[in-house]
Amino acid sequence: MRVTIFLLLVGVISQAQVTFERLRHAESEPGNWLTYSGNYSAHRYSALDQINTQNIGHLRPSWVYQLDALDKAETTPLVVDGVMYVTESPSNVVALDTRTGRALWSFRRPAPKDVRICCGQVNRGVAVLDDLVFVGTVDARLIALDAKTGSVRWNVTVADYKTGHAITAAPLALKDKIVVGMAGGEFGVRGFLDAYDAKTGKQAWRFWTVPVKGEPGSETWAGESWKNGAATTWITGSYDPDLNVVYWGTGNPGPDWNGDVRSGDNLYSDCLIALDADTGKLKWHFQFTPHDVWDIDATEIPVLVDGVFREQPRKLVLFANRNAFYYVLDRQTGQFLHGKPYARQTWATQLDDRGRPVPAPGAQPTETGVKVYPHSAGGTNWFSPSYSPKTNLFYVAARESGGVVYKGEAEYRPGAEYNGGGLRNIPGEPGSGAIRALEPMSGELRWEYPLFSPPWAGVLSTAGGLVFGGCDEGYFFALDAASGKPLWRFQTGGKIISNPMSYLSDGKQRVAIAAGHAIYVFGLEE
Amino acid sequence: MSLCGLLAVQLLLMWQVELPTEVAKQNPYTSVADVQHGKRLFAANCAVCHGPDGSGGRGANLARPKLQRAPDDHALFMVIRQGVPGTEMPPAWLVLNEHEIWQLATYVRSLGRVAQEHVPGDARAGGKLFESAGCTGCHQLGSAGGRLGPPLTDIGSRRGAAYLRTKLSEPASSLPEEFLQVQIVTRDGKRITGIRLNEDTYSIQLRDLSDQLLSFWKDELVSIEKQPGRTPMPSYRDRFSEGQLDDVVAYLVSLRGAL
Repeated sequence: MRVTIFLLLVGVISQAQVTFERLRHAESEPGNWLTYSGNYSAHRYSALDQINTQNIGHLRPSWVYQLDALDKAETTPLVVDGVMYVTESPSNVVALDTRTGRALWSFRRPAPKDVRICCGQVNRGVAVLDDLVFVGTVDARLIALDAKTGSVRWNVTVADYKTGHAITAAPLALKDKIVVGMAGGEFGVRGFLDAYDAKTGKQAWRFWTVPVKGEPGSETWAGESWKNGAATTWITGSYDPDLNVVYWGTGNPGPDWNGDVRSGDNLYSDCLIALDADTGKLKWHFQFTPHDVWDIDATEIPVLVDGVFREQPRKLVLFANRNAFYYVLDRQTGQFLHGKPYARQTWATQLDDRGRPVPAPGAQPTETGVKVYPHSAGGTNWFSPSYSPKTNLFYVAARESGGVVYKGEAEYRPGAEYNGGGLRNIPGEPGSGAIRALEPMSGELRWEYPLFSPPWAGVLSTAGGLVFGGCDEGYFFALDAASGKPLWRFQTGGKIISNPMSYLSDGKQRVAIAAGHAIYVFGLEE
Repeated sequence: MSLCGLLAVQLLLMWQVELPTEVAKQNPYTSVADVQHGKRLFAANCAVCHGPDGSGGRGANLARPKLQRAPDDHALFMVIRQGVPGTEMPPAWLVLNEHEIWQLATYVRSLGRVAQEHVPGDARAGGKLFESAGCTGCHQLGSAGGRLGPPLTDIGSRRGAAYLRTKLSEPASSLPEEFLQVQIVTRDGKRITGIRLNEDTYSIQLRDLSDQLLSFWKDELVSIEKQPGRTPMPSYRDRFSEGQLDDVVAYLVSLRGAL
């Protein structure tokens, strides 16, 4: 009898509420993974060190969860007190027991058949707050689920999916709000970033990333082009609770490759925007790629670090941009402090002293095609970088590939693709990739680990002195965070298009990654 | 979901699967103006995935006479209209009307049309030369022949005579994107030349010139030399006379077997 009681107690998954205070201090509970990027600063760093450079050779699969959906698995799992929340295509959520890998509940909702989406009906993860789990959908809805049952608490329309709006990014929960970005940059939508009341689903604020005619910034759009200016917000940003500022990257202007109809800088496309978290009001913006004609969205992860820049302590935001430059900005003012390429690029000759690129002659798309680096897929892309406070290095999965960009006609019709051209790979140049470790203040390369193909997977650094990454050919691997030396790998059998994370299960460290159509969880051999 | 909502969804689903009252078996819009308009629609809607000239990218290569999913006009119309479920190919009916879809189909067909060229040689004589010169050692016709080179069963429907003639004289003049000759040296000193089948950061797989399938971890190898622009196929410029080259080309052009 005693044994039975003991077993029952062990089997109990005790879930406390995920308060804002817990999210704010996510670093203090490394056994959980409470936000998309691990903490509000978006470090994608785990303070766990049970798995380390000494014992990594004993890392083995603990369990594998096969997803139902056959679209790309881009999810970053969240873990809250013994429950893992993963998403799968189109916008489903599954809650798994972290000990056994068995499902506790699932929320499955078929997408309408006429959903428009450029790049797969994907979902990158959920947000949690209090007793709710939040998921955006490919038909541009935001849904709150009961964290214990998966039942719908509320379900609101963010935008009309028939005009190409969609949600693929994980929302960001802060204070009493859910901030959610949207996609649709290939459909001539007008971009925005939204916040909703977490309890009711009522819209709290909206920041339009393309100003309406007459507003500041609207002078950067010719004619009526702002109406289809895109500048979407399809990857999760970061948050500084002390400054109460949300940092979010924005996407390409529309149409992608033909800038003729939208002369001007096209604000706030390809920007980092800093918004007051309570009101959604713009504090500052920094535009990485004014008048982008290469489809190089700035929808990457803004990494917040307090550091000493040129002997002065500063609150910084570090940003490895799809345009192949690495940036250091002051996150209080948006001031450009430093920029340097971390991957091959030919579209700009340099950045001026305010960080504005000087466009390279002959790099603009033409009707017959122009070779340019990086490929529109970028020097990196949406998948996450990592910052380790232990090594004080910034890690990025870099892509080395060029493309041939074409300018074409683009006629806007609601719901139709609005690209104004296209791109091809350069024949005979398959490209390659690397995990690169950058000195965060200078962007200087400390080490690199070469990859056969340009990657589509992000990185996780850990207090165990490791950097985890994945590649197109299915290997999940671990490198020495200090030297880049390869220490361990596992062939998952499927392309890795996601980000790793880490947590504790029964007091034992686990590392998880979505690969192929499955979630793989690894632990030390016992 | 309310009953109203449920009905609305059902109606929507019905609408989506409902086909136009009658889809023509043959494309009714094939004029030069239709091709031109189709080209513009292609640039706006399809080029991002299929490439500006339809030669493929994220989407399939459409610049070929036979499209796997669209053997006839009706099938091509339906693929464009309905998309390909389970892939990133979206349904065009959302944004294009029937007329526009046909125009797009006209342009897509034009991408893969190999002009009927005058071929001077004697195909029958070319066939004999093809056999006697040992071409089947590397190329399959139907189920017979070697596997080192590409199968040629339907080469005549995919390539023009001029292209084939150049290929016979200068085999390396145009190689498929994925084709790569490699030479590896193993730790025990073996030097092996072959065609790469697969590769990743840690391993490489190849077919050697004697048709063996080989796989190595890269740390088992001393070197991997990639030889882009090289092929095991010899030039036939000096092996065949001009007339014989014409004959072999005529033979190849006549090969239009099933895909």
